[in-house]
Amino acid sequence: MSTRTEERSVLRPQDACAAHRRIRSRATGARELSYAQAIQEALAIAMEADERVFLMGEDIGVYGGAFQVTGDLVQRFGPERVMDTPISELGAAGVAIGAALTGLRPIFEFQFSDFSALAMEQIVNQAAKLRFMLGGAVSVPLVMRFPSGSGTGAAAQHSQSLEAWFAHVPGLKVVQPSTPYDAKGCLLAAIADPDPVMIFEHKLLYKMKGDVPRGHYTVPLGEARLCRPGRDVTIVATSIMVHRSLAAAKELAGEGIEAEVIDLRSLRPLDRDALTSSVKRTHRLVCVYEGVKTLGIGAEISASIAESDAFDYLDAPILRLGGAECPIPYNPELEKAAVPQTPSIVAAVRDLVHGRR
Amino acid sequence: MGVEDIELRERSAAARARRTVEDAVPMSPATYPRLSNESLRQALHKMHLIRRFEESAEDAYMRGLVHGTMHLSIGQEASAVGICAALEPTDYMTSTHRGHGHCIAKGAQVSRMFAEFFGKEDGYCRGRGGSMHIADVSTGNLGANGIVGGGIPIAVGVALSMKKQKRSSVVASFFGDGANNEGAFHEALNMASIWKLPVIFVCENNGYGMSTSTERSTAVKNVAERASAYSMPGIVVDGNDFAAVVAAAFEAVERAKQGGGPSLIESKTYRVRGHSRSDRNRYRTKEEIETWLARDPIGAFERQLLRQGVVTVSEIDAIRADVEREIADAIAFATASPAPTVEELTRYVYSD
Repeated sequence: MSTRTEERSVLRPQDACAAHRRIRSRATGARELSYAQAIQEALAIAMEADERVFLMGEDIGVYGGAFQVTGDLVQRFGPERVMDTPISELGAAGVAIGAALTGLRPIFEFQFSDFSALAMEQIVNQAAKLRFMLGGAVSVPLVMRFPSGSGTGAAAQHSQSLEAWFAHVPGLKVVQPSTPYDAKGCLLAAIADPDPVMIFEHKLLYKMKGDVPRGHYTVPLGEARLCRPGRDVTIVATSIMVHRSLAAAKELAGEGIEAEVIDLRSLRPLDRDALTSSVKRTHRLVCVYEGVKTLGIGAEISASIAESDAFDYLDAPILRLGGAECPIPYNPELEKAAVPQTPSIVAAVRDLVHGRR
Repeated sequence: MGVEDIELRERSAAARARRTVEDAVPMSPATYPRLSNESLRQALHKMHLIRRFEESAEDAYMRGLVHGTMHLSIGQEASAVGICAALEPTDYMTSTHRGHGHCIAKGAQVSRMFAEFFGKEDGYCRGRGGSMHIADVSTGNLGANGIVGGGIPIAVGVALSMKKQKRSSVVASFFGDGANNEGAFHEALNMASIWKLPVIFVCENNGYGMSTSTERSTAVKNVAERASAYSMPGIVVDGNDFAAVVAAAFEAVERAKQGGGPSLIESKTYRVRGHSRSDRNRYRTKEEIETWLARDPIGAFERQLLRQGVVTVSEIDAIRADVEREIADAIAFATASPAPTVEELTRYVYSD
């Protein structure tokens, strides 16, 4: 894995345009799908192609999943391959690991990412470590999907963004696709991956639409995506914050501030090259993420720059915009205030570029 | 509850320990309808090999050759070998932190086990796992586990995998009495039952989760009673009686292979040594330990095989001598094995 990551080419603005052209050209046959539909399509393609692939989770069968991601897949593939589990996150995670160890390719949907806390033991002590502890004698090709994030009024136990917890653990891969295209491509890459991959899907993105090619394609895990080139400041964002950052960048462009927006897409492996090369161009860095700000992914991104040769290029302090120091509240106005929003990103970036930070 | 109260309770627990196997299914004269005399001699060989492996590992630890700690299963050999006697090489197993015996019983080589204990490249885990993660995937042993109850849901997943792939293998999931109060145990048994999976849950009840006796930790008298909550057969056997363990194991394996789903076997036994190297034995009495030493499973099995004419005294002597040679060769192999290099520190975190 590390070799592949190191050999990967660094993203430059011209690459972004090329990448977009490539996506368009590959997307002949593309049509608009929602993020949830794109995931469902990836699941169907994988199950169609490989009989080892099966789905497990709470209420993913006839109910169709709490967010209708699995939808009617049970009718097409049957209850053996779209398996409802009891409400036993810890045990079911262990079951998925055992299946993955012995020739199957389970995809485990957690109903909410918050429930990962119930399965922490199996994810962190078992899935992440089995290969290493056994000196490479086994691998755990397990995919876990986690509906996550705030904005649905579900309050403190159904709205968290916990991806940084897991990104701290060697042995796991942690990705956060932000578009329907990436949701499908990352999932298909995760299913093909021999190691445990956790996919954090923001609940507010499920209905978002975008071009999705038909058929099988993958998005490499561990590669950031340059969404918008810019010369004045780099905004590194994850998940839904990519969209809020793009909206902020558009608004800032009206004021003459050209923000470069990078979608991190993957927390582990982390695409440090994409970050350092961008900061060398823009000389300013803002990290935007929904997880709690303190000790979150922004700290790692900031430290990556501080420890790299990009540090000398900085013209301003690094800025982090993350979740507030509180659980996600119920009241809609408080809930919005608990995580970065487009206006707060605009204001922070403007102040940074104008030297007011 | 004060320390004295606990001591008092534990002393009375010692008396109860002597009666602990009262609930076991009575075995009148040991018969082995499914095992040949050769298999029985091999079983005795494995029990000796486990005992001498652990005694030698303990000795190596005292001499500073083994890093960290270890959890010895001395006194529990009949349980490990009895369960594995009913398994095929293609059957799977998950084990516990007290897993040396299971590993040998399932067919591992003691040379590679010693190499693992010495932290060497030829070890089963290339020196990355040590005693607590000892595994031998080639014989279906998916590993000891440092987390109490951690292997139980994994075993259920392996059983699900066998059923889905229409493979005839079964899975034995070993765990201790301590694990029966973990949520993972209950979730796993429930799922194995609702999906009728080919798994044999084996609770090796040695009386204590570290220092806490089952009387103080567990609401039921016998862990096997938990089976009824998950609609599966639960049986208590005298874990120091090889014949009793074997009989229960074959019955559970046959049920699993015929699609009858999981079973829970509670194998009542005793660890003669402490929990780990740090144990000062303050929670149990000398009398209790001596009572169980008198019930040593290897001696009992030897006497039984002699009575039945399966082995002679000289054959037992030969088995013991073979074991000594194997252990000496294994230690020499492990000592000569290369250590892993620091350059490979992060290898095996992900697939290459």
